[in-house]
Amino acid sequence: MDGRGSVAVKALVLAAAILLGGCGERAFTVCADPNNMPFSNQRGEGLENKLAELVARDLDAELRYVWWSQRRGWMRETLGAGKCDAWMGVPSGLETLSTTRPYYRSGYVFVSRRDSPLAGLTLDDPRLRDVDIGVQLAGDDGANPPPAAALTRRGLTARTRGFTLYGDNREADPAADVIRAVERGEVDVAMAWGPLAGWHASRSRVPLRLEAVTPWMDEDRWPMVFDISVGVAKDNQELRREIDDSLARNRSAVARIVQAFHVPLPPGG
Amino acid sequence: MKNGANRWLLAVLAVLILIVVIGAIVLGAPDRRPDPVFGDKADSLAEVPQAASRARSPSWYEAPRENAWTMQLGDPSGSRFSPLSDISAANVNSLEVAFTFDTHNERGHEAAPLVVGDTMFVTTPYPNDVYALDLTTPRPTVKWHYQPVPLHASQGVACCDVVNRGAAYEGGRLFFNTLDGQTIALDTASGGELWRTKLAEINKGETITMAPLVAEGRVLVGTSGGEFGVRGSLTALDAGSGAVVWKAYSTGPDTDVLIGPEFEPFYAQDKGEDLGVHTWNPEGWKIGGGNPWGWISYDPELHMIYYGTGNPGPWNPNQRPGDNKWTAGLFARDVRTGQARWFYQSSPHDLFDYDDVNESILVDMPFHGEMRKVLVRPARTGFFLVIDRETGQVLSADPYAHVNSARRVDLVTGRPEVNPEKMPKPGRVTRNICPAAPGGKDWNPSTFSPRTGLVYIPHLNLCMDEGEVEANYIAGTPFLGADARMFAGPGGHRGVFTAWDPVARRPVWRIREDLPLWSGALATGGDVVFYGTLDGWFKAVDARSGKLLWRHRLSSGIIGMPMTYRGPDGRQYVAIFAGVGGWSGAIVSGALDPADPTSALGFVNAMGDLIHRTEPGGKLYVFALPA
Repeated sequence: MDGRGSVAVKALVLAAAILLGGCGERAFTVCADPNNMPFSNQRGEGLENKLAELVARDLDAELRYVWWSQRRGWMRETLGAGKCDAWMGVPSGLETLSTTRPYYRSGYVFVSRRDSPLAGLTLDDPRLRDVDIGVQLAGDDGANPPPAAALTRRGLTARTRGFTLYGDNREADPAADVIRAVERGEVDVAMAWGPLAGWHASRSRVPLRLEAVTPWMDEDRWPMVFDISVGVAKDNQELRREIDDSLARNRSAVARIVQAFHVPLPPGG
Repeated sequence: MKNGANRWLLAVLAVLILIVVIGAIVLGAPDRRPDPVFGDKADSLAEVPQAASRARSPSWYEAPRENAWTMQLGDPSGSRFSPLSDISAANVNSLEVAFTFDTHNERGHEAAPLVVGDTMFVTTPYPNDVYALDLTTPRPTVKWHYQPVPLHASQGVACCDVVNRGAAYEGGRLFFNTLDGQTIALDTASGGELWRTKLAEINKGETITMAPLVAEGRVLVGTSGGEFGVRGSLTALDAGSGAVVWKAYSTGPDTDVLIGPEFEPFYAQDKGEDLGVHTWNPEGWKIGGGNPWGWISYDPELHMIYYGTGNPGPWNPNQRPGDNKWTAGLFARDVRTGQARWFYQSSPHDLFDYDDVNESILVDMPFHGEMRKVLVRPARTGFFLVIDRETGQVLSADPYAHVNSARRVDLVTGRPEVNPEKMPKPGRVTRNICPAAPGGKDWNPSTFSPRTGLVYIPHLNLCMDEGEVEANYIAGTPFLGADARMFAGPGGHRGVFTAWDPVARRPVWRIREDLPLWSGALATGGDVVFYGTLDGWFKAVDARSGKLLWRHRLSSGIIGMPMTYRGPDGRQYVAIFAGVGGWSGAIVSGALDPADPTSALGFVNAMGDLIHRTEPGGKLYVFALPA
């Protein structure tokens, strides 16, 4: 079918969908990772699941999910392809999306066993030279989370162990491999994204210590702290405003959700 | 008065609309000739070599049977050459479409069909369907259609479009790989499945896109997935049963890499124990990449296979001090046992994403007065390498594309001299790195004609700026990414088709193309060379002069590999898939946003015009001279 023909078919399908969908509730379709606690899972147990439920209720919409493991190309293949209306947690100001005002701020944290003498670490702590450090790897052509880069800038590569964010997706929450490595004593300390560490630590059988990675703006330009917002397609300003208003109206409920997931606050609160 | 004015207004409006509509039809017409500055002529640079000073096919080389094309590179030496000469430089301008076959698949079509006698075998991108077409009927009919039904989720972990580089045929069996990592053998008469072996786990980011090679009863298969930390490997499966015969990893201890007493690398830096461990940060090799997702060639006299490994993802280069063996380099192995014989690393401690998986074409050629058994390869680094295929010694290394990321290759040490000004540094923008990440040439294979002694290279003229830091996010984790932006290299053209003399170490002629060249090439006994462009022009050029002899606009951009065969009716046919996609075509098949120049790893910046020049859609075109 040529381009024109397929456009015509798509237009007909869209018209039908509008006509049929128009009777009854609107849908709020959210893209979410089926296996990435604390953010989301298919049982709806994650922070972003709870937030999606809150927003859907507030907008009087039916919540629907498109399950999507966030891998290379996720923005283009989900929001870009019109598969869903929103991802409930993305860094504020992410360039290729439109993001709401942030609903929480968190930072990367040092994660160590509470029975280890590694309290009070900073990026410049000399103790870092003598321990095995676990870092998360994003695989974005060598671009990696800020703590990993911070270690490299300090020449700390000899004892750095990398854990890809993707791990083995047949296991629960593969991005938390780096936290589990601390629990099992495979590394002495990990540097992990705050919400991930906070939630897994709260459930760990091994008591863990979480401390913010400082300086939180390394060399005055590399942030360890990020604001998190809801993200929609770049041209969907109307939905962004709606969700902004919804988050504002429900400020305390949103804060309670964030708190319930033990999201570590950045340095300075 | 009002009515009259309104009618006049309407008339003017109608004329204006008519002008706009006619204008759109004229300007939007699919056969509008492209910019005449590029693509229409060859720059003549040197003489075609005389017979005595030419590279030639290896002594053991046998041309494929005329009515067969059984592997993607045409023959084990990797030449993509056919001796068929019915279609010649004199008559190719009469070539016309004999038939077409639609795959109804809108992803990038990189594979060539295979032909064995009366049957043509077509493979598709994900979902990797296979069709057997009966060539004896005027319009070919489908004899059988096999659907492997790979896991839907495998699409989510494919880095660069859900492509498949095709099948291989041997002994009544068709071998191919699926995106979700299965190697499958089919009975070609019935389409029935003979065996399937799972070699990759998509839940760990492992996929397979490469075309297998069959040699000495073994089916050779390499993995993809470097950015997920997939530790690359090449596996030999028994062609009869699918059982694993041997498996060689690209990183790690010698026992995993199948490095043993037979290993005799030529250069000092490749000698030592467990270099696949020690040239890394501790344990970095475990997620070290080095995936062999490209081409394999085979020398039956030496019992050796030659294949390259991919880059060392996902570590940032500063995190992985050392040469990062055995990534971004070329292995020579004994095909029977998998034991490594030698290795050459074209990009030690790779900084630029220069995978080394491009094709190696095996030739014999004079070098300093004596005949040598070599392999020639236009590497991603932008250097044309001539390597002794018995020892791994680099005999020559000359830029076939614009290169500033390295100053030269030191032939004593074998190492490239990386240009310190072009080394990417976090937080700093490094400008005008040439070649860009896809290299002087990416996976799409060149062709060699023993009639001219030339290697015909469809390649790129792209440079990149790298290092603009931007917030990014994946798998629930925020981080800072270093973005890349690609653009045309010196001259303003983004693609080049070069006829290269490996003995004289220089280009003989060169065609500058507007768009990057992402298709394979084919050389024939009729002294015609075929290749295709990203906006759908399938071209035939004169093998000696590069003169454009014929072209035909296909329905979609071309990233496939042309092939040729003699059909059951005795006529010579040339076949090519249209169906844009792949990394450079992602802007069309992946519907990327041209407003984000850094997406598709920076390719979108260089390719913004492509969405106006072609549409996705897989269609096989088969051409012949009028009956």
